[in-house]
Amino acid sequence: MPLGLLKYGLSREYPAPRYFRDCTQPKKSYDAVIIGGGGHGLAAAYYLAKDFGITNVAVLEKGYIGGGNTGRNTTIVRSNYLTPEGVNFYDASVKMYEDLSEELDLNLFYSTRGHFTLAHTESAMRTMRWRAEVNKHVGVESYVVGPDEISKACPQLDIQCSGQAPILGALYHAPGSVARHDAVAWGYAKEADRMGVEIFQMTEVTGIDVKSGKVVGVNTNKGYIETNRVLSAVAGFTPRITDMVDVETPIVIHPLQACVSEPMKPWLDTILVSGSLHVYVSQSSRGELVMGSSLDPYEVHSTRSSLDFVEGLTTHITDMFPFLSNVKVVRQWAGMADITPDFAPIMGKTPVEGFYLDAGWGTWGFKATPISGKTMAETIARDMAPDLIKPFRLSRFEDYELTGEKGAASVGH
Amino acid sequence: MKLLQCPINGIRPLSEFTYGGEYRDMPDPDTCTDKEWAAYVHYRNGAPGLKKEWWYHGPSGTWFIAERDTMTDKVSRTYIAGQEEKQ
Repeated sequence: MPLGLLKYGLSREYPAPRYFRDCTQPKKSYDAVIIGGGGHGLAAAYYLAKDFGITNVAVLEKGYIGGGNTGRNTTIVRSNYLTPEGVNFYDASVKMYEDLSEELDLNLFYSTRGHFTLAHTESAMRTMRWRAEVNKHVGVESYVVGPDEISKACPQLDIQCSGQAPILGALYHAPGSVARHDAVAWGYAKEADRMGVEIFQMTEVTGIDVKSGKVVGVNTNKGYIETNRVLSAVAGFTPRITDMVDVETPIVIHPLQACVSEPMKPWLDTILVSGSLHVYVSQSSRGELVMGSSLDPYEVHSTRSSLDFVEGLTTHITDMFPFLSNVKVVRQWAGMADITPDFAPIMGKTPVEGFYLDAGWGTWGFKATPISGKTMAETIARDMAPDLIKPFRLSRFEDYELTGEKGAASVGH
Repeated sequence: MKLLQCPINGIRPLSEFTYGGEYRDMPDPDTCTDKEWAAYVHYRNGAPGLKKEWWYHGPSGTWFIAERDTMTDKVSRTYIAGQEEKQ
């Protein structure tokens, strides 16, 4: 790579290749259309091309790629969930992430840090033990640790949390990692484009054409596109898309906010989460503390951020790390999280033939990017969902077979 | 600080209120189909727009209805359920 950099330095023109072609006008028809150019949609396009040779695919993005929840999450990758179906699914994703930089030929800054979910109450300890046992059962490295081990891994943490909520222990999850989230979207876009997938930015879907229960095309602000397979991977915009095809879902949209501090020298090399204090924090490769909290308490379709959020979050952060009281928050933002009643995604087929759903990603979507792309690609190519995502089918609600996932970031214990 | 009009107590800070979800008519469990009941239990109208919602004022224990645009987060009016006409 240093030699490559030298080439950049000596060239009169900027020699860096584009990551993907600058597509402007879609063709008349495609084998599949993917709505949403975030990590999930681009990953699905990549695996459609790579695993199934389906390259006549358009990815339609109403903004710019990775500009939605892919670029708004707190970049944590982990698999220490509560239900066996959840743990199996996210574990498959973590394993794919570990090799992804190599596969996409792009440094994703994937950094395995270890992940502590702190417990401040006996009932939270009980949930941690439960999660540890489920994790061990399916072969994921998670175990319960005491305050001493937490202090050893993170000496800066006030175990008493300023006396407000003393830490009794934690669920330690060794594979817990962080990654550069926009690089994930760009890496998938680059490789999908190389195999022939066309990516259209600033292209909004305005309607989906359904004839006798089958998808036949989509209307966009750049004209009509014929296709009989459509994947919706639009996170917070899902209800607007499902309304176009009259598919009912339990999804409601709540904003999820996050913020970063000013950059500091590296001092926090693990990822810390506290369900009781509604905080998760890690230090990015730029030195900023990346901090997130639980969902905003009511439905809003907007990405405005609020002072209430920073006040609440920083109160809890300074309980954990009193010395951060002098550190400034430099940036805050929000994403629109598509929440399901059982805190698990909705993936697979729908009552409309050819309309596939990859939604309900709430606060747990980024970590699932590779595996959701791979399994949704298989669902589209074979018109059948693989076993791994069958528990997440849309019809589970009508069958009263909800998953009972409580390992999500938005759930307090 | 965001504010909300409680129909009993007037304008109060939003932190005193709890969101209770969209106002929906319950189908008759004796006559509706299993599918209709499952839809009532689980499915929601998730698209943005002007919605009738349940809100709860904690300190006074008041449940009431707010009409709110979920896109702009602007509340157009609030009233006690069933007393809409008196407003």
